[in-house]
Amino acid sequence: MKRFTYTRAETVADAVAALAARPQAQFLAGGTNLVDLMKYDVARPDAIIDINSLPLKEIEELPDGGFRIGALASNSGVAYDARIQARFPLLASAILAGASPQLRNAATTGGNLLQRTRCSYFYDPSTPCNKREPGSGCAAIGGLTRMHAILGASDKCIAVHPSDMCVALAALDATVEVVGPDSARDIAFGDFHRLPGDEPQRDNTLACDELVTGIRLEANHFADHYTYLKLRDRLSYAFALVSVAAAMEIADGRVVDLRIALGGVAHRPWRDPLVEAEYAGAPAEDVTFQRVADRLLLQAKGLGGNDFKIPLARKAIVRALRQAAGGTPQSQTIKAIQ
Amino acid sequence: MDTALEDRFPTCPLSLTINGKPYTLDVHPWTTLLDLLRSDLELTGTKKGCDHGQCGACTVLIEGQRMNACLKLAVTLEGAAITTVEGLGTPEEMHPVQKAFVEHDAFQCGYCTPGQICSTIGLLNEGHASTREDIRELMSGNLCRCGAYTNIADAIEEVLADRASYREAAE
Repeated sequence: MKRFTYTRAETVADAVAALAARPQAQFLAGGTNLVDLMKYDVARPDAIIDINSLPLKEIEELPDGGFRIGALASNSGVAYDARIQARFPLLASAILAGASPQLRNAATTGGNLLQRTRCSYFYDPSTPCNKREPGSGCAAIGGLTRMHAILGASDKCIAVHPSDMCVALAALDATVEVVGPDSARDIAFGDFHRLPGDEPQRDNTLACDELVTGIRLEANHFADHYTYLKLRDRLSYAFALVSVAAAMEIADGRVVDLRIALGGVAHRPWRDPLVEAEYAGAPAEDVTFQRVADRLLLQAKGLGGNDFKIPLARKAIVRALRQAAGGTPQSQTIKAIQ
Repeated sequence: MDTALEDRFPTCPLSLTINGKPYTLDVHPWTTLLDLLRSDLELTGTKKGCDHGQCGACTVLIEGQRMNACLKLAVTLEGAAITTVEGLGTPEEMHPVQKAFVEHDAFQCGYCTPGQICSTIGLLNEGHASTREDIRELMSGNLCRCGAYTNIADAIEEVLADRASYREAAE
């Protein structure tokens, strides 16, 4: 691990000022991804700013029925919060589909958003990687692509975003609250993570001097019709090959409001609000779900090793929409898929 | 790394409690809790498996919550209370979880066992497990290369059942 200096910030303003003073510094929260990347020499900060003392752990209900989740609320704290389980069960379910209990206890909400891809080439400094070292090339293209993107990839990077939680947050239209040296701003979740394009080193649209302070969720009517369906190489404690966060409102057998986001398939949680709007009012039945799947995967492109993900995603989307419509969400304990 | 270069980086003062005993230390900021325990304090009950949060062998309890000690920088734990396997019981007076592991032969080589036991205690503290399926899912952060999973689940199931009957008796 590269050697670094350590400071502990006590306030958000202190943290942001400390980063402004040391541009090669990084904030450290739960550490479950950053410490690991530092051990692999992939992350090489010259200073660590410990933000664990900041007052950002609260999960609070807002006057309009929405919720604000502090950036330092732990993944397990959010997933097991009775209010989140009742009002945003999709979020709770997605969190419990990811990582292990130990990691969820340590990992934070803000850190989950900012975790890096688990592309094995990104993790291996002996191989070229445009995300780790811009301009060096991409060893994944032409390499082992089993875990890689089928949507939105570029000729510079085919990595996928690893989060489960973020797939649910994308479907729920969350808002990311961030603070910079001069001002605070909100970033719509759909604008937070980005596609690789020519700058795969940039995972998101957070400015380099900003700190994520929290997530806001609007009240919704999805608690009866949702599911998080995650398919992976083992039943637990593995990253998604394909995952689907689905939520809908149903009236008179029709899908009034549809939300669907995919994980494990792109550089960001994949969502297409145009497709969702197109099927608003359609009957809540398999024919509709198959059309939604076809539309979402219209541009999907395999790279050889991950060709299987396209039919897998098609089936997962149909199955997830069926689970959501039927009010029978996927259990994250008993993994048989109904 | 050579000592001269290490010396250019200041150590950080750190006070914490391990197994009920207070420690006042000076640590380099890159020292993980796992390395602090094993190398500096010679508390070698906690094991280093993968060192990347993928195996759970280093699981300890931080403020009663199970976490991977390999991914925690020690310096971030100012004031924290940590429990390792050394703080749970002795061969003469084992913790109920340790006793159940012995009775159910819940190991072969034993390398993952301290992590399995600390993780089990974390699972009990969390209170989200009531069925064998819950146990299997909520112990998935602890790998066992000997494949003693069936007996590990048996041991934990017995501890859960004992707790339930203890609670019923108290009511």
